[in-house]
Amino acid sequence: MKVVIVGATSGIAGEVAKIYAAGGASLVLVARNEAKMLAVAGDLRVRGADDVTTVVADLADLGDHPRVAAAAGSGIDVVLVAHGSLPDQAAIDRDAAAQVAAFELNATSLISIAALFADALESARSGTLAVIGSVAGDRGRRSNYVYGAAKAAVHAYCEGLRMRLADAGVALVLVKPGWVDTPMTGGMRKNPLFVSASAAARGIHAAIERRRGTVYVPGYWRWISLAVRMLPARLVKF
Amino acid sequence: MSTESWGRWIESAPRRVVDVDWPELVPPHDDLVLAYGLGRSYGDSCLNNGHTLLATSRLSRFRSFDRETGVIECDAGTTLDDILRVAVPRGWFLPVTPGTRFVTVGGCIANDVHGKNHHRAGTFGMHVESFTLVRSDGARVRCAKGENQELYRATIGGLGLTGLIVSAVIQLRRIRSPLMIVERVPFRGIEQFAALSIESDAGHDYTVAWLDAFGGRRSRGIFFRGNHAEEGSLETRREKRPRAFPLRPFSPLLTSLTVRAFNAAYFRANSRPAPQVTKYEPFFYPLDVVANWNAVYGRRGFLQYQFVIPESAGLEPVEEILDAIAGAAIASPLTVLKKFGTTASPGLLSFPRSGTTVSLDFPARRLDLLLTLLERCDDVVEAAGGAVYPAKDARMAPARFRRFFPQWEELARHADPQFSSTFWRRVTR
Repeated sequence: MKVVIVGATSGIAGEVAKIYAAGGASLVLVARNEAKMLAVAGDLRVRGADDVTTVVADLADLGDHPRVAAAAGSGIDVVLVAHGSLPDQAAIDRDAAAQVAAFELNATSLISIAALFADALESARSGTLAVIGSVAGDRGRRSNYVYGAAKAAVHAYCEGLRMRLADAGVALVLVKPGWVDTPMTGGMRKNPLFVSASAAARGIHAAIERRRGTVYVPGYWRWISLAVRMLPARLVKF
Repeated sequence: MSTESWGRWIESAPRRVVDVDWPELVPPHDDLVLAYGLGRSYGDSCLNNGHTLLATSRLSRFRSFDRETGVIECDAGTTLDDILRVAVPRGWFLPVTPGTRFVTVGGCIANDVHGKNHHRAGTFGMHVESFTLVRSDGARVRCAKGENQELYRATIGGLGLTGLIVSAVIQLRRIRSPLMIVERVPFRGIEQFAALSIESDAGHDYTVAWLDAFGGRRSRGIFFRGNHAEEGSLETRREKRPRAFPLRPFSPLLTSLTVRAFNAAYFRANSRPAPQVTKYEPFFYPLDVVANWNAVYGRRGFLQYQFVIPESAGLEPVEEILDAIAGAAIASPLTVLKKFGTTASPGLLSFPRSGTTVSLDFPARRLDLLLTLLERCDDVVEAAGGAVYPAKDARMAPARFRRFFPQWEELARHADPQFSSTFWRRVTR
């Protein structure tokens, strides 16, 4: 089994990679920081990965994406697109350029790399493309509306792309994690709804293996999200 | 994340918690710091109240594993559970393991932990070929036998005070099967325990005893002795992931009555000396089935008291302490005995030494009574030339600690000036 992890040094993706490594998969890692990625690669080898190759790339540079997709090679079973960054909303509230940069990293860059891998899987007529969205994309909120807007774009993109890929027998799994205890959320106050990255990864791995459509991780976020979307706008001030 | 200690008796109140995700991080310079792994130390040796904790649970990557020689290198936040997961299917096992697999390698070194095979294998630190320490001045120091020897000795059992352990190389031990062959022998009294230890230690890699401590020196108990099975498939299903109590710590279930009833049932259930084949998890880690078993002690938590009486002092001090505890009618829901072997650890402040060790749990109730009792027990331990285990302590008097561990001044000389703990400030003030 061959698995490509885009954003391999991220907390959630790293834990998903561990599960595939333990199952003896061969892995292709894509990340920006080479030293960190090599540490992750070494870990995955010990955990049982058949083979680990690394591709250093700054995914904010869209022009580099075709090289990344080509470097992953052929015979891919699973692609997990998991890179991104949670901006400090208050810090970019009055900074249009920073907002656009955050949007591009969390939406445009995900769409660009997903599009390239979608083409590869489609022409191979097999495989699963998994993309990390977020419950933040289900409704705009004051505390994270740029990140939320980017994830909303990713959600709509994935829903449509899923229909196209279905014709070729390729599954698209859109994962919407709730609050996960990772370095990305390091600055947030932890409440009982936070789950560990390894628990989230088990849910994501199961969703990919079952080729499900859109999943919330943990599953109960489906109901929280539904409630949040149903709230009348004048009540949503947070 | 939570930064409690396992006993939950002492409040954890760090000024801040800094995640250490990657090995290249240099500890912050503006405060006293202490590494915090999974918080399985029972007392205040893993706390740094008013100062900074360096959380290492994400510093948990393997670096290499030689499947032929069993040498594994990993980051300090890697857990024993992680190691078992990759090692057991390939025919390797931990050289030494404490009673839980949810501890980090860094914590195992810093407390120089021991297990049921101390009489054969000594302490965890004796199987650490080398480790890397990051000091507050940014220096990265590789320590091994014969390499930075003083810092190596000070760090093993050094309570995290010599710097941040970032990685370690460990020599695993060969196994042919993940199964254990275990015998459970009922006994009564400390003399019978000692006789069983002498009889069993030669032929069994792992020995430990459970005691129904209500009877003092005449208590009944179960002596467990086991070996790794010699044959069998290495591929077995792992035990299920531990479940946490769905409840917040609730008010104590553990009264003298319930503990007596539990002990009677446990004694009966285990009184069958015929060898049995079990998986390794229930043998080594019976309590790991419940992820937060400490919650059973309720909101106020519990104290664990572990001491060692040296071989030269005989059994009398052990019996005296067990009598004192039984006489005080304070129930210890879990009492464990083990005879340590004679091999000495290189660790400067290492706790295990040739003799008999006893560990007792006490709910943190009727504290004045309990603390007075433990003070009396300390008297006996000190008179016998023994020691109390710092990894489990939150109460021993500073003067007492210094007499139990006269090497403390040497550790203080090697300690990093920027590393400290609530425990260390308490016992050295």
